[in-house]
Amino acid sequence: MSRFLARVRVMPRTSILDPQGQAVSHALGELGFAGVGEVRIGRAVEVLLDAASADAAREGALRMCERLLANPVTEDYVLEGVEPAR
Amino acid sequence: MKLAVVRFPGSNCDADAWHAARAAGAEAAYVWHRSADLEGADVVVLPGGFCYGDYLRPGAIARFSPVMKAVAAHAAAGRPVLGICNGFQVLCEAQLLPGALARNGGLSFVCRPVTMRVESDATPFTARYRPGQLVTMPVAHGAGRYVADPGTLDRLEREERVVFRYVGGNPNGAMRDIAGITNEGRNVVGLMPHPERAAEALLGSDDGAAMFALAGVAAGV
Repeated sequence: MSRFLARVRVMPRTSILDPQGQAVSHALGELGFAGVGEVRIGRAVEVLLDAASADAAREGALRMCERLLANPVTEDYVLEGVEPAR
Repeated sequence: MKLAVVRFPGSNCDADAWHAARAAGAEAAYVWHRSADLEGADVVVLPGGFCYGDYLRPGAIARFSPVMKAVAAHAAAGRPVLGICNGFQVLCEAQLLPGALARNGGLSFVCRPVTMRVESDATPFTARYRPGQLVTMPVAHGAGRYVADPGTLDRLEREERVVFRYVGGNPNGAMRDIAGITNEGRNVVGLMPHPERAAEALLGSDDGAAMFALAGVAAGV
């Protein structure tokens, strides 16, 4: 068994209104940042896990996304990477 | 009729629901979320609050509480389950109801009375209402915007499973003005507004009291 770090990014579905992102977009405009368009806010999740291989860790992380880390109705997830943990 | 109010860490409308159930003539009891069973209850209420601090998403962690297995079995047996506000969020996360509750469209926490139309009297909780009846109850939530994919929304409407709809103003941007829905068996109901906070005229409205008067529900039914 080795220890891996899985990095997951969870974002609101593009079809779902993101009021947090809208508020931040507006605030950036108020601060004088020109050219700010749509802003979307999600969350980053880092999971340390023990697994037999990187592939096994990847598979485990994907199951975690499906079961808990993302809500399939409102959010999409991306497993950004699985790397050996230092 | 025995009604159980499930208490999660962070539930804060549990006493109100207990009181409304007692006032409606039910025997009411609290069941802690670590309990593996519902202690003989005929009806289960998942109350409002902010269980587990809304960590990750509202209801996402509560869904894994031991009591939720018993709630799912109760629901699968066709027995009544009511989720109010945070309880509705828990039921959606537990997939006992379809869809999800997203952050309010206007971003702000909304706390005020709203008017809803009763769309269905085919659930144990709305049997004492008339379809089309207007009722007023308070909302108090930051994530009450009901969302689902268009196919699910169409199906809910086709099967007459939208139980309550906002009228005269949608407080949170909910799709198709949906305030409350039911499952296929019509025994599980979730809604964002708080009937337990509208259970006595002294509170400004007693429109919610009848949701706790489940006279037809007997033990084992």
